[in-house]
Amino acid sequence: MATLTLAESGCPSGLAPAEDRDARRADPAAFVRRDAGGRDTLELLIQGAKCAACIRKIESGLLALPGVSDARLNLSTARLRVAWSPGAVAPAAITDALARMGYGASAFDPAAAARQVDEEGRKLLRYLAVAGFAAMNIMMFSVPVWSGDGEMGEGTRTLLHWISALIAIPAALYAAQPFFRSAGTALRARRANMDVPISLAVFLTLGISIAETLQQGEHAYFDGITMLLFFLLIGRYLDHRLREQARTAARDLLALQSVTASRIGADGRVVAIGAGDIMVGDRLILASGDRAPVDGVVEQGVSDLDRSMLTGETLPQSVRAGDVIHAGVINLSQRLIIRATARAQDSSVAELARLIEAGEQGRARFVRLAEKAAALYVPVVHSLALATFVGWMFGPALLRLAGLDVADVGLRVALMNAVAVLIITCPCALGLAVPAVQVVATGRLFKRGVLVKSGDALERLAQVDVAVFDKTGTLTLGKPRLVSAVAPDVLRTAASLARVSRHPLSRALVEAAGPGVATADAREIPGEGIEAGGMRIGRRTFAAPQCADANDGAAELWFASGDAPPVRFAFTDALRADAAQTIAALRQRGIAVELISGDRPVAVEAAAREAGIEHWVASASPSDKTARLAALRAAGKKVLMVGDGLNDAAALAAAHASASPGTALEASQAASDLVLQGAALMPLVEAIDVAKMARARALENLRFSALYNVIAAPLAAAGLLTPLIAALAMSGSSLVVTLNALRLQLGWGRS
Amino acid sequence: MNIMFVLIPVALFMAALGLGAFFWSLRAGQYEDLDGAAHRILITDDEDTPV
Repeated sequence: MATLTLAESGCPSGLAPAEDRDARRADPAAFVRRDAGGRDTLELLIQGAKCAACIRKIESGLLALPGVSDARLNLSTARLRVAWSPGAVAPAAITDALARMGYGASAFDPAAAARQVDEEGRKLLRYLAVAGFAAMNIMMFSVPVWSGDGEMGEGTRTLLHWISALIAIPAALYAAQPFFRSAGTALRARRANMDVPISLAVFLTLGISIAETLQQGEHAYFDGITMLLFFLLIGRYLDHRLREQARTAARDLLALQSVTASRIGADGRVVAIGAGDIMVGDRLILASGDRAPVDGVVEQGVSDLDRSMLTGETLPQSVRAGDVIHAGVINLSQRLIIRATARAQDSSVAELARLIEAGEQGRARFVRLAEKAAALYVPVVHSLALATFVGWMFGPALLRLAGLDVADVGLRVALMNAVAVLIITCPCALGLAVPAVQVVATGRLFKRGVLVKSGDALERLAQVDVAVFDKTGTLTLGKPRLVSAVAPDVLRTAASLARVSRHPLSRALVEAAGPGVATADAREIPGEGIEAGGMRIGRRTFAAPQCADANDGAAELWFASGDAPPVRFAFTDALRADAAQTIAALRQRGIAVELISGDRPVAVEAAAREAGIEHWVASASPSDKTARLAALRAAGKKVLMVGDGLNDAAALAAAHASASPGTALEASQAASDLVLQGAALMPLVEAIDVAKMARARALENLRFSALYNVIAAPLAAAGLLTPLIAALAMSGSSLVVTLNALRLQLGWGRS
Repeated sequence: MNIMFVLIPVALFMAALGLGAFFWSLRAGQYEDLDGAAHRILITDDEDTPV
């Protein structure tokens, strides 16, 4: 690419595909807010922005619009904030401008996605900064104490200990707050988590170090405790960021779902309103290309509906006045006026949302790796510390009973050694072991266009042994493609008629024919076809009633021109380019593959054969899908569900792990663990590989932490631990664990 | 050794300065868009030619 011009569509560097210009675009007027400075502002979620040139193109493109005074894109969150003087520009003109530049833009409901600054994350960063500050400065005083051993006078050492104490006490009490809080909650619930030994270690270490300093003793652990908190807080922050990412992704998806609708008021004027504000009985305009926001009845107009998102069926269904339509269907050809029969939250989509919720509750039973480790770890450490105390306290007396000549060591030494055990076994490396790996793994997958919505999703994905695919829109592109061989001039003529229609078959025909002009006087008859000057294209009964039905189950268009014999165009829903390759790759990894679709058996069988899938089920309802998943689960299988439609959403939520393509309906994306951006399916295989590698690394890290404790804990229990050894051991183990996690990133370049 | 009584406060003061700067950047929202900041330095503003 030699020059970058603003006229080019989509990301100028080609990192992201241009968005479909005809993609659903709701009128954002309902989401405009007036800011403190009296300007109108709008927040948009941008799809397809990836690089510096995108920022420049979007921001300068919008600033060029009259009245727009501010446009700023946040590349990390993909949110764009636009401000303009009231009335200077229509909100829809902004989204139109973005669409012309080749970016998808969706306004979002500020109520659903309240611009929450990540308060918790900021707090953790502040704790982290304080702990880091304290650790570094106390180390400045500890190093002379260690290295001046023997030369440094007692007075100087005690002075340095006092300065350390002045920094460490407030810093530790401040920075350890997240651990105190979590430990307090756990204790009140009569449970013990990893934060209980941490909190105990903080208090005991501070106490014992102050006592040592008061007695002008040699060993104070002020450096150890602040460093410990520093490492633990890094792990805590990484973990928080992963969860926050997942939460933001889910929130954005929810916000996108709050589409707008055009309501016809009593005075006949059309107003844009949020879908949540639709009342039963409202008359709504459903323009061509719009998705129905609520259940309703057609009042006026004749059109075709795309129900593939609801049922998986690829053939459009024609509707006329009096027909019932369900929320989620897309209007394909003519403008419809519908009367709402349910509010958004009572519509059939909301029913599915409840199914999704039920499925997710089942998944909540999954126990994360780190939690399993903590459950093993806490009792062991506490018993060991207690045993150390008891051993040093009463051991000498017992040995004397046995006739040995051993002096009592006293309370101070016993307590000191018990605390040393608590400090040295404190789960620095354990706290970093899993989050560090997950951060690296999700980051790597994100660069490949796979959005991982939670850390434990990776853990679950690694265990999968059966993959269940949906057909329409998942294994296939969800768009019909012309398969019959037709003479080019016939195709060209037919396409010139088809250009006036938005019906998916017409558009597939136009796509096959390439660029050209539309016949000027072509007229679309909804549900039938298109007619112009003696030529007809459309369903068989409309264009060529004299011809016999081909009866092969394929979607078809018939074209008749004058006396020439009618021509049949047959279409199939083409598989994604790498579908067969993906299935083969999954097989190779020992994962069984099944296909469950709501489409007709003929279509499903053809797709299954082409993709190389042996087990397939057709005409499956959403509950059939969940039933199949339940059967597999009962057989002890861990199922990966891959689907895109509303009819898959419940199954996605109920599966052990789930993925959906980026074109999937918002509800399905919200219900799944992974979202694959782009048209390829192969990233799914990479995600499974990375998940397996991440699991292996996390286990390695946990094993390393255990090994470290096995070596260090006896040393501490034997009373051999000094602050220097504690500091070296803690930082060393944390470093090893982090470096091991980074190996995930290293191996990537070569593959 | 008296130099310690000067150097320790100096060291602590400088470290506190760093901590303060970090808190300020946190509050000023400099960590809100890390990816964007990395890319924005690549944007050349053609309109703003240096005088």
